[in-house]
Amino acid sequence: MTETLGMSGYGIYVWSTFALTATVLVYNEWAARRRFRSVYRDIEVRIKALENRS
Amino acid sequence: MWKWFHQLASPPHFFRLASVLIPWLAWPGYALIAYGTFAGLFVAPPDYQQSDAFRIIYVHVPAAYLSMMAYMIMAIAGGIGLIWRMKLAHAVAASAAPIGASFTFLALASGSVWGRPMWGTWWEWGDPRLMSELLMLFLYIGYMALRSAIDDTTKADKASAVLALVGAVNVPVIHYSVEWWSSLHQGATLIREGGPAMDAAMLYPLLANILGFSLVFGALLLRRVRSEVLRREGRTRWVRELVLAPGDSA
Amino acid sequence: MKPRQQRMLAVGLAVAGLAVAAALTLKAFRENMMFFVSVSDVVAGNYPSERNFRVGGLVLDGSIEREEGSLDVRFVVTDLRCELPVMYTGVLPDLFREGQGVVAHGRMRSDVFVADEVLAKHDENYMAPEVAESMASHVEEQTATLRENGADCEVAG
Repeated sequence: MTETLGMSGYGIYVWSTFALTATVLVYNEWAARRRFRSVYRDIEVRIKALENRS
Repeated sequence: MWKWFHQLASPPHFFRLASVLIPWLAWPGYALIAYGTFAGLFVAPPDYQQSDAFRIIYVHVPAAYLSMMAYMIMAIAGGIGLIWRMKLAHAVAASAAPIGASFTFLALASGSVWGRPMWGTWWEWGDPRLMSELLMLFLYIGYMALRSAIDDTTKADKASAVLALVGAVNVPVIHYSVEWWSSLHQGATLIREGGPAMDAAMLYPLLANILGFSLVFGALLLRRVRSEVLRREGRTRWVRELVLAPGDSA
Repeated sequence: MKPRQQRMLAVGLAVAGLAVAAALTLKAFRENMMFFVSVSDVVAGNYPSERNFRVGGLVLDGSIEREEGSLDVRFVVTDLRCELPVMYTGVLPDLFREGQGVVAHGRMRSDVFVADEVLAKHDENYMAPEVAESMASHVEEQTATLRENGADCEVAG
């Protein structure tokens, strides 16, 4: 087990790269969802305000 | 064919289609990445020269491939937007940029971490492959900066599409840089004459990851196009109806 | 011509023109943009003598000599035609070994290349150690090719 995780001495390079990859994937998902929520909320606020006025 | 094309280009239709497609791309994509990463890390044999350090290839190559793929999508969508005045195409181009930039960053960073133990350097100024890939990161950043600098969406669409098309020249340069000039970087392993130069047990996890990353990219792109379409169509009736009668929206 | 076709033509011509311009520029500067110089060029005298440059080649089989108790190392790089002795003091990358591609940065001092940095270059082939062992030895191949091509090497007068 320790041998596998050690990656014959290159563990620090291999694992940091895969950790960075996971971070980039999670960031992309999070950023795309956050963008949708913020756009949706802006439109919702504006339309609801128009609705209430009429 | 043309009817289908026009229907696809209609924002409300595309919006609904994207909502349906996203999970069908994302879940198989993440499943393939899970398999490819696991098999790449624990099942594939170590390389005869690089031993376990070669395993960085399982994220480096998919990231580098996507960085170019996303750029081509951005440039082609920008070109279609210019020629056919199709707003949806501009929305696709705008959405591809931040995702492409993130994978370009990942390709550069993973390559750097790979280069340290193998080549003996994190980074070499002047290497054609490294330089052309770095240039692409700057093109993405420039594209996004240009977009955010122009308030008028139609003008921003045109200007940024021109920039994307100009920068597209760099994509083949990246691919052939290792053949045209001497470079520290190795030659192409997968796309080369005589087929991939890799053992099958190493190759399949890599192909799984490339396909998986591509599917996830597709899902991310559609997710961002949805936001972009909504933003651009904020004052239309279908968006109003969507917001006032929620349910299948988010 | 419809406006759409005009736009198509404009975009198409612009992209094509740009591609041609880029191709011509890259072709013109190709020599200057080389990341490293080949061993044959260095031996033939085609290298910048006033400044540091990089030379790329394979480490010749059996040529590595290490100085006991120091980081001094001497070896020979070859492009399977010419040979160039290299002197270096410092840590070598993990991939550095006989038969391996290397890129050394430094300058010529009489007939020896004095390097201040040695980087390893790996090839595009990936295989398991067992598979590599069963293949014909790279090193033997290298020696044979060098013996065959050695006569073609042009040395600066």
